Amino acid sequence: MKILVCITHVPDTTSRIAFTDGNTKFDKNGIQFIIGPYDDYALARAVELKEQHGGSITAINVGEAETEPTIRKALAIGADEAIRVNAHPEDAIFVAKQIASVAKGGDYDLILMGRESIDFNGGQVHGMVGEILGIPSISPVMKLDIEGNTAKVTREIEGGKEYLEIEMPFIAGCQEPIAEWKIPNMRGIMSARTKPLNVIDPTGDNPMNVVEVFEMPPAKSGVKLVEPDNLEELVKLLKTEAKVI
Amino acid sequence: MEAIAKEASIKGGEFIVRETEAEEIFIPEEFSEEQKMMAAATQDFINQEINPNISRMDNLEEGFMSSLMEKAGQLGLLGVTVPEEYGGLGMSFNTGMLIADIVAAAGSFSTAYGAHTGIGTLPILYYGTEEQRQKYLPLLASGEWKACYCLTEPDAGSDANSGKTKAKLTEDGKHYLINGQKMWISNAGFADLFIVFAKIDDDKNLTAFLIEKSFGGITMNEEEKKLGIKGSSTRQVFFNDCKVPVENMLSERENGFKIAVNVLNVGRIKLGCGVINGCKYVTTLATNYANERKQFGVSISSFGAIQTKLANMAAKTYAVESASYRAGQDIEDLISSLKEEGLEPAQAKLKAMEQFAIECAIIKILGSEVLNYIADEGVQVYGGMGFSEEAPMARAYRDARITRIYEGTNEINRMLLVGMILKKALKGEIDLLGPAMAVGKELTSVPSFEQPDLSQPMAQEKDTLRKLKKSALMVAGKAAETFGPKLNDEQEILMHIADMLIEIYAAECVILRTEKLMSRYSEEEAKLYKDMTTLYLFDAVQKIKNHGDEAVACFATGDELKVLLMGMKRFTKTEPVNTKELRRSIAGKMISVNKFPYTLY
Ligand SMILES: Cc1cc2nc3c(=O)[nH]c(=O)nc-3n(C[C@H](O)[C@H](O)[C@H](O)COP(=O)(O)OP(=O)(O)OC[C@H]3O[C@@H](n4cnc5c(N)ncnc54)[C@H](O)[C@@H]3O)c2cc1C
Repeated sequence: MKILVCITHVPDTTSRIAFTDGNTKFDKNGIQFIIGPYDDYALARAVELKEQHGGSITAINVGEAETEPTIRKALAIGADEAIRVNAHPEDAIFVAKQIASVAKGGDYDLILMGRESIDFNGGQVHGMVGEILGIPSISPVMKLDIEGNTAKVTREIEGGKEYLEIEMPFIAGCQEPIAEWKIPNMRGIMSARTKPLNVIDPTGDNPMNVVEVFEMPPAKSGVKLVEPDNLEELVKLLKTEAKVI
Repeated sequence: MEAIAKEASIKGGEFIVRETEAEEIFIPEEFSEEQKMMAAATQDFINQEINPNISRMDNLEEGFMSSLMEKAGQLGLLGVTVPEEYGGLGMSFNTGMLIADIVAAAGSFSTAYGAHTGIGTLPILYYGTEEQRQKYLPLLASGEWKACYCLTEPDAGSDANSGKTKAKLTEDGKHYLINGQKMWISNAGFADLFIVFAKIDDDKNLTAFLIEKSFGGITMNEEEKKLGIKGSSTRQVFFNDCKVPVENMLSERENGFKIAVNVLNVGRIKLGCGVINGCKYVTTLATNYANERKQFGVSISSFGAIQTKLANMAAKTYAVESASYRAGQDIEDLISSLKEEGLEPAQAKLKAMEQFAIECAIIKILGSEVLNYIADEGVQVYGGMGFSEEAPMARAYRDARITRIYEGTNEINRMLLVGMILKKALKGEIDLLGPAMAVGKELTSVPSFEQPDLSQPMAQEKDTLRKLKKSALMVAGKAAETFGPKLNDEQEILMHIADMLIEIYAAECVILRTEKLMSRYSEEEAKLYKDMTTLYLFDAVQKIKNHGDEAVACFATGDELKVLLMGMKRFTKTEPVNTKELRRSIAGKMISVNKFPYTLY
């Protein structure tokens, strides 16, 4: 089985977010980058599937050279090889086109990625890749098992779950509890150095979005506690400060 | 790729008379991507496996610590420096230090880890026969077996060689029968392999044995009820006619004390380094809390009194980190050059450790005392919540305390380190006498008004450092001259000298690291490191002055005392420093990033 796992390179979840250049660029100063947590689930499940069924895992990232430590972490966790499309991941359609272009030539049985990245949380790439390749795309996937050429998939839907059976190849946007995050073991880290990481040029497609400005959400004000018998005060605050009644 | 070991040029203990260049030392910023990834994976292990399960660990849930050790083994964390042919990763000494550093944030696990990978594994690696290594090291590196180290006895603690545990050869000459009682044995509750020190017949010195639990004749008391590291198994172990095959003697008869001492050198530096991530974790918690907690209508992090604590926590951690990895690399370089000279790897390691035993002791003391300072101030930042078991500070405070006691108490280490320096001087390995005499001469001549070339980075700080070294040489030299070999009985003076040396080493490492960083970072980026350095150095100067003044007044009188005190004054004279601004600047950075002020891995 050939699995393609798409990896995002995103700021650590505890990062303090700031912008530069007149609020048009993300300020990377002092930021730790990680594999997107949902992508990490996808990768972990890919490693398990490979253990069960054999095959190989290719990790792909659309990003500039700075993302290579993150890609090498994916290699350390268990990908056999990696591809970096040398371009800034400007918007979802741009990234989807890059992934689809690689996937076309790769004959993959499965394309796994996170349900969404955790920087822009667009959650669009899996659908777009599916559309471009003309294969099904399912998200968010909580459980994924393979039997022969068929996959049994559990998908989270509004208020419940959906159980699906689907023929490979297809695309899954993954989330917990599909697998537990894998900590790279020391040997994996040492072998990551010698695994292939191929850098390729992007397709000629242009991004469709241009960032005009980023805006931070307004700072949250502190919680106000009102004594339980002071209903008048509560009503007053709800009217004048919170303006909800 | 690991940092490439360079020609070993720095000798152990030599720092007191040698001027070292920034480019000669290793700084943790230079760890390779691979080493950083290992550190990050170790942190992942703590976040995923330990942090959510602290109460299971600290309640000593049956089998839990043992399973953590096994998981650590599967990740490769137990055999970082064990050579590949014995199932380890064969990584460098400093990589082993790095993992110990990260594990420090794991509370009780840190003790279990240290006991297993350090004192539990290294004796076999360094002194085992090929058969012993082949048999035990792969089991220990994988975590399939857990090890413990049985040296201490009820009546033999700091005086470890006075143990009463006995070994007697059986009549057929095939076994030793071990009888005796060991105390405070970490990992005893789940260990499969016991490294036991005992005396054969009426020997004066200890002999070491490798004892498998399955040999029988081993019983234990209940778990000790401890002040801290409650999740670490600590028991008394009894040997009753425990039958050990003769081939399980480690090294030669009566070589046990030497094994114990040499293995403790590694244990010490690793323990000192193995506080760093604990310091960072506590500092981050304190910063988070200070930012969140509001009193008088504002975050308590806006108060100067709290900022003082945060800044001190950061600067002290920076010092332990700078010293640990500098010494670690110096050891690594010496190991490499000894191997090149043809020494067998285990021998090279042992010899290098012995050479740097002074630095090992310094780092043990420095690390453990900084950790205790930080845990104490962490509690203070939390106020009442610091005293509550619902918040993490109480546990950090309790867990920190043991580090000043085991692997040789800090008192024993202080005396050892001064003793070792004097011994090296007597043997001519480092020239203390020449510089000490030069200092003596300088004292009776007109003070030099020569100014350092301030256009050079860290010039002022290095000038201060040079003088601090003179102050220590003056005090140590005069004390040695006054007491001769009887100086050993003057523990009060030895303690003062030790403290001077510790602060000098730490200050030097901090200054050189910052100088190295200044050549790589922009002025703005380097500011934090410069501020921490100035703050640390200022504090070190005050401490050194106090210790020096006290020490000389312990033995000199009249005019001699006057000259010595004047020397102390001259050698600890520094430019005034506005510590308030420094601390506000460091703390400001911490408050804005809401954590320890810099991130390495
Ligand atoms: C939690 C824990 C885990 C441990 N794990 C292990 C282990 O795995 N294996 C093992 O073998 N041991 C272990 N130990 C033992 C530890 O190494 C000893 O407790 C330590 O060496 C001190 O010995 P002691 O307790 O007998 O104290 P003592 O030697 O009685 O010391 C008491 C005090 O006297 C001071 N003192 C002693 N001698 C001198 C001197 N000559 N000059 C000046 N001051 C002196 C000490 O510094 C100390 O302050 C552990 C201890 C604890 C508490």
